[in-house]
Formats: sequence, structure tokens, C-alpha cells
Amino acid sequence: MSTTATAYEQARAEGRAALVGYLPAGFPDHEGSIEAMKVMVDAGCDVIEIGLPYTDPVMDGPTVQAAAQQALEGGTRTADVLRTVEAVAATGVPTLVMTYWNPVERYGVEKFAASLGDAGGAGLITPDLTPDFAPEWIAAADAHDLDKVFLVSPSSTDERITMTTAACRGFVYATAVMGVTGARTTTSGLAGPLVERTKTLSAQPGLPVGVGLGVSTGAQAADVARFADGVIVGSAFVRTLLDAGSDRAAGLSALRTLTEDLARGVREV
Amino acid sequence: MSIDETTAPVTGHGPWDADLHGWFGGEGAWGGRFMPEALVAALDELTVAWEQAMADPTFTDEFGASLREYAGLPSPLYHATRLSERVGCRVLLKREDLAHTGAHKIRNVLGQALLTKRMGKKRVIAETGAGQHGVASATAAAYYGLDCTVYMGAVDTRRQALNVARMRLLGAEVIPVETGSATLKDAINEAMRDWVANVDHTAYLFGTAAGPHPFPSMVRDFARGIGDEARAQCLEQYGALPDAVAACVGGGSNAIGLFAAFLDDADVAIYGFEAGGEGVDTPRHAAPIHAGESGVLHGARTYLMQDEDGQTIESHSISAGLDYPGVGPQHAWISASGRGQYLPVTDAEAMDALALLARTEGIIPAIESAHAVAGALKVAEELAAEKGPEATILVNLSGRGDKDMGTVMEYFGLGQEQGQDQGQDQGQEQESK
Repeated sequence: MSTTATAYEQARAEGRAALVGYLPAGFPDHEGSIEAMKVMVDAGCDVIEIGLPYTDPVMDGPTVQAAAQQALEGGTRTADVLRTVEAVAATGVPTLVMTYWNPVERYGVEKFAASLGDAGGAGLITPDLTPDFAPEWIAAADAHDLDKVFLVSPSSTDERITMTTAACRGFVYATAVMGVTGARTTTSGLAGPLVERTKTLSAQPGLPVGVGLGVSTGAQAADVARFADGVIVGSAFVRTLLDAGSDRAAGLSALRTLTEDLARGVREV
Repeated sequence: MSIDETTAPVTGHGPWDADLHGWFGGEGAWGGRFMPEALVAALDELTVAWEQAMADPTFTDEFGASLREYAGLPSPLYHATRLSERVGCRVLLKREDLAHTGAHKIRNVLGQALLTKRMGKKRVIAETGAGQHGVASATAAAYYGLDCTVYMGAVDTRRQALNVARMRLLGAEVIPVETGSATLKDAINEAMRDWVANVDHTAYLFGTAAGPHPFPSMVRDFARGIGDEARAQCLEQYGALPDAVAACVGGGSNAIGLFAAFLDDADVAIYGFEAGGEGVDTPRHAAPIHAGESGVLHGARTYLMQDEDGQTIESHSISAGLDYPGVGPQHAWISASGRGQYLPVTDAEAMDALALLARTEGIIPAIESAHAVAGALKVAEELAAEKGPEATILVNLSGRGDKDMGTVMEYFGLGQEQGQDQGQDQGQEQESK
């Protein structure tokens, strides 16, 4: 049973898109990241993605890279990420981990699935692991009743979209621009057609489609919400905390304002 | 097979080769393709283009011609007589240091650039550590009239200003990478980010036989002229195969280029020498096969240097070309299967071998290649003891040492006047200021 899918269904029942918010664990520090994600939940995020900071994040732009590096320099370990999951999942909001593959492989795939489940985590988003190279993760996720969120891209072939959606649980993550993560002033024209193709080709007709990469304002969120089931926001949250620097209170206040703006956006359908 | 023909590449599907998904040694073992979905279509397109090109004589002939007429290949197989006397058996050097741009790397970039042209793309990107692959890529881009952008760690652009100037002179744009540790692995990350954004018109000229499928196999195919030539030359010149072959291993392109031709020759021992840095009992080395563990880095399952959480550990080697925390997955397979031995050579051992080769043979090797020489000399002494003076070890001298003279001068203190005491040296220095 996927709590993530339930959150999407609830948003759909309310005639809106779900708001999915991302922050790396350990950024700005361990307690600070938990506090920030609780603010995001409180201000309207329906699903939380917790990033596992990694030394070689090839899909991330400068903003998320900087946050991940700060988290690693602050000593964030895989066990800390799991503790962060536990604290955020306790709010009742579905909490996924977004991670590059090697830290999971190193921890032990089966053991990671068990620990994530024990922490109350909903599942994993795997930006550098596609279903055709994921048999071990798929087996472990299924054994522990976890979501498997794989990505589709504008360059994905029809066959791969069908193959990918067949392997997903929770939702499928549509990367709507060809490029790394980062806020963009205009949302990509590739997003709408990709969502449409994904829905048409989906091996699971009801599988929600979340759209990621580039959204930073309520107006952009509203644009995306017109065609997507979920609006995924990451870099804009990270940017807000980076800009606030050491003034934690100001950072959290700005984070709340941004979340509220985005939450209004996903309701303007 | 005449030597002129041996530079024509071939790809294979034997037990040492990858399967259709890029796995070496069976599904899930080594290699594969751990990559963002956004790049899968491009990697598939590249795989098809490469396989078709390898089966197309128009491509292989043009590639062979560029190696002969432009890069000055095949390189000679040279009997290092004074070195041989010293160790008691025959030491043969495959003289890749004599190739255009001074190293074997020209083979790979000419192959990949020609493939880029064949695919109708106009721009190439590359990563570089010390700048050698960057210079080779800029050279091949100039040769084929392609735009070229090279990503280089900011730490390395400062250390290797001469190579930055070379690349710019050849018409390439050089982008210093400030993220992460600002070295080779971060340059690879940044090149991949560029590729994700520009994949429709850009090819990624990967510098070593690592990364996601098809790069480990494709780069090997473009480099395997090293081994094909050396094998034919050894048979022609000495009437027999060598007892052992040896190469240095960073990412592993020169080594796999040599080893590929000998994998099926069960009587030929295979030795790869990794950078032992300050010693594999210290954290400062770049010997992932010998001292690392299995994991996934830059798209492939292989041996790598990582901490308990799977975070990549910074590697160290006096040789920038070997200073990489991972290694090509085919090497992981060759090692795990027991077909080849991979041993560490320290900075100090490599520098001693560099000086020895300079004085006994009049050849100044790249510090990378000096690792191969150092390791091979140890093996040669064992071979001589076991089989006598007719035993033969064939060493890939993958590049020349001009680029390393700054490091060499500093290491051996060659820049100063000799025979003076330190006080005088300092006095002179002050005067000259």
C-alpha cells in the first residue's frame, strides 16, 4: 500500500496537483534540515523527498550540489539520513529518499530497504538507477512494501516509458527539461508533451506523474499543475535556505512563504 | 596479419567482453549502465553507432589511416637492451610515447571523434585530469573540425597551465570546475551535466575505458591497436609471444588496449600496475582494485575507493593520469576472474623507474608509464630467475614524460645547481630575486 499514491489521490480528489518538496538531509545541518522539512509539511507539501547527500551528484545543478557538499562537510552519514526520515515521516506525510545508487549498494540493498521501512520511509527515488539495472532494489522494495520511483525524460523512447512505468510504485518522476536540477525562469515546453506521452504509454493507467526540475514560483507551479499530477520542487527550497545563510529564523520564514505560494499554485487549476 | 593492418579495430563478444547490457563476467557482475534515464537514449544511440562503425570497413579504414598518417602509428616495439641486461631477461617496450601528442590517448580520441562525425554531431566535450586527454581531444577536434569544450578541475588547471594553453591554442574552450574536490572526478561530473543538457548535438569523448556501457568496450576497441600491434610485432621480431605483458592502470585505457590482444593467450601473464601513491597502507593512493571495494561510480559497477557510506574517497598519485578513485570495469573482471594480477606501485618506486629508464635507455617516460616500468622490472627479475634470459616481458610505455618535467624537477631537485650546499642555494635564490 503506497501512502505516496494515497497523497496523490487525495490531491486529485480535491481537484488539484500534489506538491512534492525536496531538501537534502543534513542541510543546513541535521536538526536544521528536519526543522525546515517540518515547515514545508506544515505549509502545504503533500509529499517530502529527502536527498541523501553524495560526493558525485551528476544530475544536480550548482544549488543542490552546494547543499549536498555542505551536508557532507557537516558529517552527514547514511544513518543520519534515516534518522531524518524518521523525524519527517512522523508528521504523517509520505517521506521518500532520493539517492544516487552507490550509498544504497554500500549500505546493502536489502538492509537499506529494511531500515528505510523501519524509519517509516515510503520508498526511494533513484536518479541514476533505471529499472533495467534495478532487479535487486525492486525485489527489496517489494519485500518491504516500499515505493519505487523511477524517472522518465523527454529523450525516453516509448518502450522505455512503458518499461519504466511498469516498474514504478507511488508515482513516476518526469524530468521535464534536458539538464540538471536548478530553478529556471520559465518551465520547459517539453513537460506537457512528456506527461501526455507518459500517461498514454503508462503500463499502469492510474500511476500519478510528478513533474520535476525548474519550478520555483507559485505561478510556475500552477502552469505545471494544469497537466501534471504532482509538482516537484527542490532547488528553489534549497536556494531559499542558502540565501538566508546563518539567519535560521529568516530562512524558515522565507521557506514557509515559498511553500505557501507553491501550495496556492498547485490549487490554481 | 601484417602490422599495417593491425590498427584496424575489432570488437568481440567472447568471455572477456561485455554482454549486450554492458555486463562483464555475467549479469550484475561488473560494468553495466547506472545512469540517468535522460542519457539512456544517447548511450543506446552511441552503442548502435559504434557497433555499426566497427563492422563498416569505411569507418575502420579511415580510422586506421588517421592512426598511420596523422598519429604516426603503429609505434615500434623496442628491445630495451641495457634494461634487459640489468634484470636478466628480455624487456620489450611498446613505444606509445612516440605517438602524436605523446601518448596512446590519440587512438581513442581519433576513434571517438570520427564516430562523432559519422553520427552527424558537431560538438565534443571531454573531461581531463592533468590535461592529456583534453589535449588529445582538442587535437582530434581540430583534425575533424569539431567544436570542443574541455572540463578540467580548477585545482588541475592551476597545476597544469601549460596543457590549458595547449588546449586553447588548439581551439578548445577550457572550463575550470570548482565543485567538489575540483579534480578529475568532478570534471567528469560536470561533463556529464553538460552532456545531459546538450545531448542532441554533442558527443562525450570519454577519456578512459570506464563509465557506462558502451564506453568501457568502445574505448578498449579504439585503444586495442596497442595490443594487436604489439602481439604481431613480438611474433614477427622474436618468433614467440611474451611470457608477460604489463601496463599502468588508472581508468585503464592503455592497459585494456594492451591486454585485450592477450586475454585468450593463456600462457601470457597479465600485470596491471595501479598507483600505490604513498603506500596502500595509507589513505593516500589510487589503487582501487588492490585496496578498494566493489561499488558504482560514474555509471559502472567496479572497484572504487569509497568510505563506509559509499561516498567516493579522494585518490592520490604523483601521476595525475592515474589519480582516479575508480577503474574500468573490464579490469575489475580480469582481476576478479584471476586472469590478471593488479599490484600497486608507489610514487617513489615509479620515480626511481623513471630515472632509471632515462639513464639506461635515453627514454623519459610519463610518470604513469613509469609505474608500468617499475612493476615490470620486479616481474622481470622473477621471470629471469624462473625461465632465464630468454624470458620476455612486454611493457606498454604509454606516454612520454615532457608533461611531467615540472614534477620531476621538483621531486629530484633538478632545477638547482648541483654540488652546492643549501646555504649557497638560498643565497643565490635571494640574489636572483
